[in-house]
Amino acid sequence: MARTNGAFLSVRDLVVEYTAEDQVIHAVNGVSFDLERGKTFGLVGETGAGKTSTAKAILRILPDPPAKIRGGEIYLDGEDILKISEKEMRKIRGRKVSMIFQDPMTALNPIMKVGEQISEVIKLHNKVTSREATERAVKMLEMVGIPGDRYEEYPHQFSGGMKQRVVIAMALACSPELLLADEPTTALDVTIQAQVLEMINKLKKDFNTSMIMISHNLGVVAEVCDDLAVIYAGEIVELGSKEAIFDRPTHPYTVGLFGAVPTLDEEKERLNPISGLPPDPSNLPTGCHFGPRCPYATEQCSSEKKVLIEIEPGHYCRCTRVINQEG
Amino acid sequence: MSALVEVKNLKKYFETPHGMLHAVDDVSFSIEQGKTMGIVGESGCGKSTLGRVIIHLLDSTDGSIYFEGEDVTEVNSSKLRKLRENMKIIFQDPYSSLNPRMTVEQTIMEPLIISGRFSKKEREDEAERLMAMVGIDQRLRMSYPHELDGGRRQRVGIGRALALNPKFIVCDEPVSALDVSISAQVLNLLQDLQDQIGLTYMFVTHDLSVVRHISDDICVMYLGQLVETSPSKELFKHPLHPYTQALISAVPTIDIHHKKERIILEGEITSPIEPKPHCRFAKRCKYECKPCHAPQQLEEVLPNHFVACCRVREINSL
Repeated sequence: MARTNGAFLSVRDLVVEYTAEDQVIHAVNGVSFDLERGKTFGLVGETGAGKTSTAKAILRILPDPPAKIRGGEIYLDGEDILKISEKEMRKIRGRKVSMIFQDPMTALNPIMKVGEQISEVIKLHNKVTSREATERAVKMLEMVGIPGDRYEEYPHQFSGGMKQRVVIAMALACSPELLLADEPTTALDVTIQAQVLEMINKLKKDFNTSMIMISHNLGVVAEVCDDLAVIYAGEIVELGSKEAIFDRPTHPYTVGLFGAVPTLDEEKERLNPISGLPPDPSNLPTGCHFGPRCPYATEQCSSEKKVLIEIEPGHYCRCTRVINQEG
Repeated sequence: MSALVEVKNLKKYFETPHGMLHAVDDVSFSIEQGKTMGIVGESGCGKSTLGRVIIHLLDSTDGSIYFEGEDVTEVNSSKLRKLRENMKIIFQDPYSSLNPRMTVEQTIMEPLIISGRFSKKEREDEAERLMAMVGIDQRLRMSYPHELDGGRRQRVGIGRALALNPKFIVCDEPVSALDVSISAQVLNLLQDLQDQIGLTYMFVTHDLSVVRHISDDICVMYLGQLVETSPSKELFKHPLHPYTQALISAVPTIDIHHKKERIILEGEITSPIEPKPHCRFAKRCKYECKPCHAPQQLEEVLPNHFVACCRVREINSL
């Protein structure tokens, strides 16, 4: 598998489409990135950019129909998991790769004790007795800061932050090598978010887990990621190390995102919103998808397909303006 | 004194099977004409309830509300109708706060119809003016909410709130449901409208970055009570209450080169049902001690900067 560059996870030219009433929705349009063991990769973008579809494709849990993986390869530890059987995939899910979903209120079964929801995962993937599974589930609860004697309680007896911690305990129950975190703190209050991020960072360190962090919040990404990709209309528009992208954002969309958010770090008299609206994914603009909203767009931008260009070692950008500037 | 809105010792309790839930408990503050008061706090702190009580969507349990110097705590229905023309609200969720069976124009025009003071022609002209003001294209006049994206829907909500030229608008998390690039457009619109027509806002949000950006003054709420209030700049420069300090420290920063000292709160949140007279933050506070078991009073610790914490001077070495 020469194409994986020795990375633990390597996504190559992933294409995901949804079919709805004769319309084809282009959710993910050729996304490629690599993730090394023990590192955290951030996927940043707005609603409908294709972040969650990418993560679900990696776990192969996209609802089919309407969703279809139309192309690409996903190498996990050198093996293309899009080619293996569903039976083999089931062994990977929850054990080697697991996911923290955005909304803890819907990710838990409301009529099942929280402890049992955790021990279920353990039993499924390990040859253990019920008692051992229970013991391990109690340990997992304690690890995420929930007293073990709450094993017997139901999700409605927990606060939002605690429910999210249960979801995290479940995701980590089999010590996965790759964790997909889809907006794990978006539904939480800031003080609880701080607790959860702190915990995720600690667990990552303790278990050397690789992670993909999906978020629209630049602050959260800055906090936990090593590398990141900014994704727009199903395409990566900028890719690089956290330092490269936060210090030298280059793509007009990335620059726009930074200008549009108020922060506690600096005073802005007025925000600089990105004009217009995200494109309709069933009818994407030709050429550069961001062109219609871009303050620098030229005629050329709407005519030719853009590719990712390496603008400095390891820092890629999908914009011709950059090449023109470089001469 | 040019306070447009003033509340004094305002209380709102809800009855539950387990006792009284103290959603808003003895809150006092005033908002000056043309200014923005930010109300910030986490879910369940009573910030939305506070906004609703002030504009009479909910009845208060105790305390008083003054509008333009007049006591409007108890009003009869004709008075309330007049009052409602001056006090409006923009809701958090532009998906559920618009009637799905009314067009954009009908939605914006409805308050004008209810007032009964305008002819059909006047209403249409006014709706057109309001749509232009909030940046909705005329061609969307006959569109229904499901045909619009979140940002446009929120603009419709704002347009409806502006009908009848109110003086005061409660903005209840107006951008929380929107994507970042769209939320910036809506925040700018709200600021422009304030500059143009001198609106007074009460801006309720859990988002500290947004509240700092838009507010002149800020109240921090914790479980129904005000714990700190001061001008916005002062609050972020010198947060004095241990809860405010933790809250500000918890916001993830995009400054990747300066890692900030983070205060992680431990402990469980006190129940707002029949709470003890203690400081409600005490259970999560690292400075908790004996005096914290008495009711805490807002005190002017620095000029114009009020804090409800008995150890505030000691903690901040003032």
